[in-house]
Amino acid sequence: MSIEPIQVETDVLVIGSGAAGMYAAIEAARAGCRVLLIDRSLIGRGGATVMAQMTVAVALGAEGPDHWSHHLHDTLTAGRGLCNEPLSRLLCEQGPACIQEMDAWGVGWARKDGKITSAFAPGHDRPRCVYVDFLNTGPAVSKTLRTVVHKTPGITRKGDLCVVDLLKVDGEVAGATCWHAESGAPVVISAKATIVATGGLTRLYRRNSASTNMGGDGYALALRAGAPLIDMEFVQFFPIGHLAPRLIGMDPIMWDPFRYKLGGRLLNKDMEPFTDRYGVPESGKYVITRDVGTYAIIKEVEADRGSPHGGAYLSFQHVPAEKLREAFGPVIDRLAENGIDLTQTAVEVAPIAHYHMGGVAADVAMRTEVPGLLVAGEAVGGANGANRLSGNAITEAFVFGCEAGRTAAARAKAMTAAPAAGHAARAAIDLIRSAPPKDMPNSAEMLASLQATMSDDVGPLRTGEKLKRALGAIGELTTALGDRPFGDAGAFDMQRLDWFDLRNMLTVARGVVEAATLRTESRGAHQREDFPEMRPEWRVNQVIRLGDKGLDITQAAASPLEVAAQ
Amino acid sequence: MTETATLKIWRGQSKADGRWETHAVPFERGQSVLDGLRWIRVNTDPSLAIRFSCINANACKECMMELDGETVYACTARLEPREMAVAPLQNKILVRDLVTEIAPPAERFAAPSSPPPQAGAGERKQEK
Repeated sequence: MSIEPIQVETDVLVIGSGAAGMYAAIEAARAGCRVLLIDRSLIGRGGATVMAQMTVAVALGAEGPDHWSHHLHDTLTAGRGLCNEPLSRLLCEQGPACIQEMDAWGVGWARKDGKITSAFAPGHDRPRCVYVDFLNTGPAVSKTLRTVVHKTPGITRKGDLCVVDLLKVDGEVAGATCWHAESGAPVVISAKATIVATGGLTRLYRRNSASTNMGGDGYALALRAGAPLIDMEFVQFFPIGHLAPRLIGMDPIMWDPFRYKLGGRLLNKDMEPFTDRYGVPESGKYVITRDVGTYAIIKEVEADRGSPHGGAYLSFQHVPAEKLREAFGPVIDRLAENGIDLTQTAVEVAPIAHYHMGGVAADVAMRTEVPGLLVAGEAVGGANGANRLSGNAITEAFVFGCEAGRTAAARAKAMTAAPAAGHAARAAIDLIRSAPPKDMPNSAEMLASLQATMSDDVGPLRTGEKLKRALGAIGELTTALGDRPFGDAGAFDMQRLDWFDLRNMLTVARGVVEAATLRTESRGAHQREDFPEMRPEWRVNQVIRLGDKGLDITQAAASPLEVAAQ
Repeated sequence: MTETATLKIWRGQSKADGRWETHAVPFERGQSVLDGLRWIRVNTDPSLAIRFSCINANACKECMMELDGETVYACTARLEPREMAVAPLQNKILVRDLVTEIAPPAERFAAPSSPPPQAGAGERKQEK
């Protein structure tokens, strides 16, 4: 089958339509550019943003005094010495303006006495997290940005476009070659500037809190285009992801807002508090940070004190029914439909892959090392160091999206035309049109197998032995994947989609495992049981580049603000 | 003793030329129909086309299909230990199997055989 490629030309191409991508598209269009916003799923429905339940960290100072420098201090402390401080500062300093703009666009941040109200979240020195009730932050943010995107002249939106590779012309990124899932056709997009806003890599893990399109594709695309990645060993696990009983129609991170508002108690199988054993007394308040909470639950399970499904109990049994109703209204009814009465039952929770601190290396203008290629949101590495502070993800999506849009627009306006694709798209087009190999393993099973490997051997607690085993499994899967896409190349060919996903996921998984193997210490979200201490000589960022024979990893000293400013 | 959910699934690439296929799925209390369809892809047939993004949260609204003739979200419809008929949305253009064109027209990329869309980024067939 050889469908002719469709050729498209635009000023700014934005890949990914979560909060970062949509904000970037709006900003670039406001600067007068033609923007093409694409997504491998539907526009503004997938990704991580729509799944966010509650907190957005920002030093608004609406209810009590606050300043972005306090937010920055907490962000750097959480990052355990590895933050790219200029990026962290940008996040904290520009956060308030974006939050106010979202407010003006009608997102509906929760208010008390007319003022935007903030919840206290672990790791913050004061209440600093704005939200939309009830458990509605992500959907409200997505909907608001979708509406603004629709209303902003100059933005074209196209879904079902799976990017196979970025287009590289004369050493610069000049757009992307895509597989149009709905028809099976190749699409070549030429652009003056390209923004990767594809989010993180949580789909590498069996239990995760994001959408199915979070397989780290932007990291792999950037790597293959010549841009380095940093901090890939730091995967954040959210400690209290829902585990049991099975719930229908509820997001697994739903217990986070419950804890913000009501505290709740973490208990082991004997219904005893246990976090004090790991340095944080159970006070009925939500103060335990994500890395410590994750560690405590896993260790308690290992000591045979876990809940029946292998986690911990989270109990709100001490909270009166009226208080539960006041805090969560209709959500209490949805729980009742699932047979859960929180005044009677404790639920089971366990760590779940949630966010990626690592990503594409970028400067404060969101430029990567490769001209023409910009990044935004979770795809950017470095702002959160070794461990992300609660609430920083949506804020960074807004702020980094805004900056990327502005930088892309400036570049596009300085160019007369997008570089001609010429033969640069050939290899990706051939891949898209390729006939399938004779032997095709079950692509969905391969994906599940990769997720099992990552969960079992590259989870929050690691050892050299486990990582070695993971690398072996990734190698076997890579061989089984081969270099010819599976499936029939027709409309919505799921095997071919899995193949393109696996091609990226296996590259990114290898990056995580190799970086984790080299880092012989424990820091933030990267805990090595064979190297339990945090070591000063490891206050470095690991940088990954694609070499001739695989991934090349080097170390570079972490960049504190005062050094970076010089 | 394990119970079984029997999913009778419509398969095909054109409405005029489809077939029903029956798959047995191990039933576990608390599963959704989407869980059953995902089980089939991993364990028996990876070619089954379904559209979903958020898996479990009913946030993405992509997994709309017909269950026993009613429009449902597969992620919130409960799997049951009986025969359940799953089909693509009747009032939407079929793409493949359970996938239909549900995106707003302006957000759909024109396939080569369709007329080009009207929006800002101009499209043209590539010349040789």
